[in-house]
Amino acid sequence: MDKIRNEQIRGTVKVEQFGDKAREARLRWFGRVLRRNRGYIGQRMLEMELPGRRRRGRPQRRFMDVVKVDMEMVGVKVEEAVDRARWRQMIHCDFQLLQVTVRDALNQAMDEELERDERVFLLGEEVAQYDGAYKVSRGLWKKYGDKRIIDTPISEMGFAGIAVGAAMAGLRPICEFMTFNFSMQAIDQVINSAAKTCYMSAGLQAVPIVFRGPNGASAGVAAQHSQCFAAWYGHCPGLKVVSPWNSEDARGLLKSAIRDDNPVVVLENELMYGVAFEVSEQGLSKDFTIPIGKAKVERPGNHVTLVSHSRMVGHCLDAAAVLAKEGIECEVINLRTIRPLDVETIEASVVKTNHLITVEGGWPQFGVGAEICARIMEGPAFNYLDAPVIRVTGVDIPMPYAKILEDNSTPQIKDIIFSVKKTLNM
Amino acid sequence: MQNMLTFISNVLRGGASKNGAQTVSEGARLVGSTRSFADFSPQASFDIKKCELHRLDQGPPTQALLTREQGLKYYRTMQTMRRMELKADQLYKQKIIRGFCHLYDGQEACAVGIEAGINPSDHLITAYRAHGYTYTRGVSVKEILAELTGRRGGVAKGKGGSMHMYAKHFYGGNGIVGAQVPLGAGLALACQYKGNNEVCVTLYGDGAANQGQIFESFNMAALWKLPCIFICENNKYGMGTSVERASASTDYFKRGDFIPGLKVDGMDVLTVREATKFAADYCRSGKGPILMELETYRYHGHSMSDPGVSYRTREEIQEVRSKSDPISMLKDRMISNNMASLEEIKEIDVEIRKEIEEAAQFATSDPEPPLEELCNHIFYNEPPMEVRGTNPWSKLKSIS
Repeated sequence: MDKIRNEQIRGTVKVEQFGDKAREARLRWFGRVLRRNRGYIGQRMLEMELPGRRRRGRPQRRFMDVVKVDMEMVGVKVEEAVDRARWRQMIHCDFQLLQVTVRDALNQAMDEELERDERVFLLGEEVAQYDGAYKVSRGLWKKYGDKRIIDTPISEMGFAGIAVGAAMAGLRPICEFMTFNFSMQAIDQVINSAAKTCYMSAGLQAVPIVFRGPNGASAGVAAQHSQCFAAWYGHCPGLKVVSPWNSEDARGLLKSAIRDDNPVVVLENELMYGVAFEVSEQGLSKDFTIPIGKAKVERPGNHVTLVSHSRMVGHCLDAAAVLAKEGIECEVINLRTIRPLDVETIEASVVKTNHLITVEGGWPQFGVGAEICARIMEGPAFNYLDAPVIRVTGVDIPMPYAKILEDNSTPQIKDIIFSVKKTLNM
Repeated sequence: MQNMLTFISNVLRGGASKNGAQTVSEGARLVGSTRSFADFSPQASFDIKKCELHRLDQGPPTQALLTREQGLKYYRTMQTMRRMELKADQLYKQKIIRGFCHLYDGQEACAVGIEAGINPSDHLITAYRAHGYTYTRGVSVKEILAELTGRRGGVAKGKGGSMHMYAKHFYGGNGIVGAQVPLGAGLALACQYKGNNEVCVTLYGDGAANQGQIFESFNMAALWKLPCIFICENNKYGMGTSVERASASTDYFKRGDFIPGLKVDGMDVLTVREATKFAADYCRSGKGPILMELETYRYHGHSMSDPGVSYRTREEIQEVRSKSDPISMLKDRMISNNMASLEEIKEIDVEIRKEIEEAAQFATSDPEPPLEELCNHIFYNEPPMEVRGTNPWSKLKSIS
């Protein structure tokens, strides 16, 4: 049975949500009433208090109660009703571009690829009957069954190796690690068996496998469950490593990864799973892919370049919004791919802005930011820098548990703002 | 006096709503409450379930001696653990505890029985469902709850959290499934090396039993005759996967192959104690490692984010709770053998509730760790060093 979400139907036929339309109608009527002559009975009814004793319990909601909430939601005030054209413009509800959470984007991507290619299958802990530890594979087992969605015992080294073997024989497995922290148990299979094999066999043996799972810090999960592996996997030739930020990234990159004939590591982020983003109609198409190895300029600017990946891209955009109020325009680049790194996009941006800041959640030493610094220095963009490249990173410690300590262990928006101002000598 | 009259009148009425046997025992209880403690039986011998054996000719004894003192101690410890876990549940739902929280209620008999079978100088290591063991190994409820709430009064100063609590001869609290087993074998190696006649108890679950590193540990422990007691706490579910769906062989006590094993009823604290004593003696005599499977059950889901009912029925949980609850079993045994009175038990319950409330009070009011300590304890015994913060101008201090 094919599940099509309401938002998708509405988005495709460009229809608004009923509740939103009803609100618009209420506010339209309200505006009309207010614009009538004084003494119009409708106006008197708005503020009327009924005589007599009230019943027990919560007082009934009246039209004004509802309209007050509506006005708050839309952001209008009573005084603004006088101007009919402006009022109509402000209360008008537009159909929304489809809002998809990162979780649903990943789910849909896997669903579509499973349908498209019979050789694709998913294996990992709790992916089938439990619907996924983080519910990313919800509904897939019900739809595709035991053969395509496989629950494994808690044996990472074992099932990662099994997945690589299956890929060598021509299948296209998606191997899920419950978090990438557990991939350390299996990292030999990822690097030695998957990444290096095409080279060692001089192109004879391909390994079309995808390793995916949440990476990096979560909330309160302490030291052993919060490490970022972008640098570790990004270090190895033979592997492709992607790190999506929003829903469109998640859909496009995962689909590309599954269709790629090489081992791809997809570093998702648990804190992003529940975040919804607008996805364009094109982004919802079954063949929508994002090329691996191409970064995206999320926000143009000309004072400073902020380069980031995964959740930190959101932090950069928030910092950019704050800085824009002070007249500083940041160009925010979403790397999307860690390996191969899209240095050209970064260089083109540095040529324009002359200042570069890298932002990542992982540790500083030998990290993504360190690599970007080195590459910029080795390339033509070095001569365009007006200041050294700044790396904003996680603090160089194992992740503590207590909330106040954890909050101060990863880059916050204020750290990015501080670094921007420092590099611009403000 | 009033109670006595009510009792007599009930008997004369022919037991309106109760049957004869109950009335008699109630009478004994009533009479007991007015007796002095000297009138309780000081000890009693109980028949315990025989253990299934693997590569062993003889198993632990089928009779266990329980003194009144021991019984009350075990009861108190188990009840404290139970209430502590339920308090943690409550605090988690109030979002005062965050992250991961794996609760141990239902499995109390394992922790208490094991502790009763070993010495405080022995070593113990377990996985992430560790609050119970943290308590039996000597950390106060206050420090455990404060660690869960991430405060400076926590046993790990708020830096470890639920899965990373440590104490003397208790090595955590480990978040990576199965990784604690080679660690345990290593602790046993150290015991053998030092020749101090100590053993190491290494715990893991039915889910972890499929980890390769466990079999590597078995091999080396048997090869080198390490004094390691491997204990598999089989609570029938590895997160959301039942044992049949995860393991080709669910006879976890046999999975050590060349290592002798025994299967123990993990809901009975006395069976666990006798089995642990037997295993500890085996190891101390230099015969090498031994494997124990404890059949037990967890009432909560895998963690607080797992409702625990998508892969098992509520009826199953209810059945275990009503028929095999370790605390109820001990209580019933003690009361029916006149080793304690219901009033006494109720008093203990009240004391424990108070203790837990106070600990929770502390855990919610204690301040969070100070930011200056963010980078401390990266290394042991090192001179103070500088640590990079989130940006190049942020230079933080770290002391050992």
